[in-house]
Amino acid sequence: MVGPSSSHTAGAVRLGIMARKILGVEPDKAEIRLHGSFAETGKGHGTNLAFAAGLMGMGTDDERIPQALALAKEKGLDIQFTSADLGDVHPNTAEFHLRAQDGRSAVVLGSSIGGGQIKIVAINGFPVEISGDYPTLVILHRDLPGVVAQVTSLLATAQVNIAQMRVSREKRGAQALTIVETDQPLDSSVMLLLRKLPAVVQAIAVDLG
Amino acid sequence: MRAYMDFVRQAEAEGLKIGEVVLREQELELETAQEMLLKRMRENLQVMRESVQKGLKGNLRSFSGLSGGEAAKVEARRLRGESLTGERFSGAIAKALAVAEVNASMGKIVAAPTAGSCGVLPAVILTVEEALGLPEEASLLGLFSAAGLGMVIADRATVSGAEGGCQAEIGSAAGMAAAAAVEMAGGSPEATAQAAAIAMKSFLGLVCDPVAGLVEVPCIKRNATAAAIALAAAEMVLAGIKSAIPVDEVIDTMADVGRQIPCSLRETAQGGLAATPTGRRIQLTI
Repeated sequence: MVGPSSSHTAGAVRLGIMARKILGVEPDKAEIRLHGSFAETGKGHGTNLAFAAGLMGMGTDDERIPQALALAKEKGLDIQFTSADLGDVHPNTAEFHLRAQDGRSAVVLGSSIGGGQIKIVAINGFPVEISGDYPTLVILHRDLPGVVAQVTSLLATAQVNIAQMRVSREKRGAQALTIVETDQPLDSSVMLLLRKLPAVVQAIAVDLG
Repeated sequence: MRAYMDFVRQAEAEGLKIGEVVLREQELELETAQEMLLKRMRENLQVMRESVQKGLKGNLRSFSGLSGGEAAKVEARRLRGESLTGERFSGAIAKALAVAEVNASMGKIVAAPTAGSCGVLPAVILTVEEALGLPEEASLLGLFSAAGLGMVIADRATVSGAEGGCQAEIGSAAGMAAAAAVEMAGGSPEATAQAAAIAMKSFLGLVCDPVAGLVEVPCIKRNATAAAIALAAAEMVLAGIKSAIPVDEVIDTMADVGRQIPCSLRETAQGGLAATPTGRRIQLTI
């Protein structure tokens, strides 16, 4: 990795990558709210550079990280940083408010928990727990009976084993979010079939691979 | 929860090194062949070697301009034959400073377990490799033993300074380096646990108080002192000394102490050395 801090630099790059993958496309506008130690000491650790690098899809050992903010500017990616109290979360936490040119948007809350490891704790307000260590499927769908069964049977047919799974919803019958961490990578044909399910609003595959 | 003593028991039962047990476990866990894991670790070791070489040249300046060039001073004195504590020892100190300085200049390093503590493991492993004339394979297995302890610490406690203070970063690095050094020097699996415990006990309660929030003061020099402590722990254990408290209990203690460290002393630059008159003055100048 590129220094100086695994939680404030490498972890921040990974959070940026995950946020970008959850949005599903390169953002062109990002507001990043920094909490706790990220807000207090982020600048000295190059955290802002690292977030920008991750949002542009750079890896943790990319030696362009020190120039990431300048590169973002060149690309027309508008990034704003603010300090915020995000409540009872890990000291190294950030909330990404992302918008893409095609109108897509996402709010991603994530923490850098040490040694470069990260945890995404909320997506668009839904509580989740994603480490990025496994290929992860994020499915936004309508809260209807049988949707989870359709998803799991599709994965079973594709010979994909489920490591962890979590379902949460806004309220009964409204929108729900299903997160599936799998042992095998998810190829594009599986993703295509998932997106064809009538109840599925959005399905994205995220991993730090 | 993982326990380091589980690795020790497995290794002793099968006559293996800790590094070999960890490598085998990772093969199953990650469904990746051992050759591939060894190849990746060799790449890490190569980055470690390059960061030592780069830092020893002495022409680096940190991101803030606060630090740089210290590793070269120790190395030059060593090469002149003037070392107070001996060639190997001052070599380890120089290497630890070198890697930490590369990190502070936003250069490429291996987080081991973190970037702030990245100098300790390469300094100790490369010093032992050099001193005993070991092949690279020995260093690779040493890195796997260290990784085994690191995984246990991350599971039972934390390696994050913002969560557990500096003891969680530099203390973990010293424990990992001490365990690896003992194994590379031919110590038993049980001896690696003793060395890790002794090294980690020396850091309990150490706070994370970086001046201006930068991974520079006191972090860079703490890498050098931690390498020294890791070597001292290894020396004691190889002579047959044991830790009164077992390693997994030391790790749990670290987690417990970490929870009691106030937020101002966990990587927020609000307390400790960061809050001294000089620390504040430095913060204003950058």
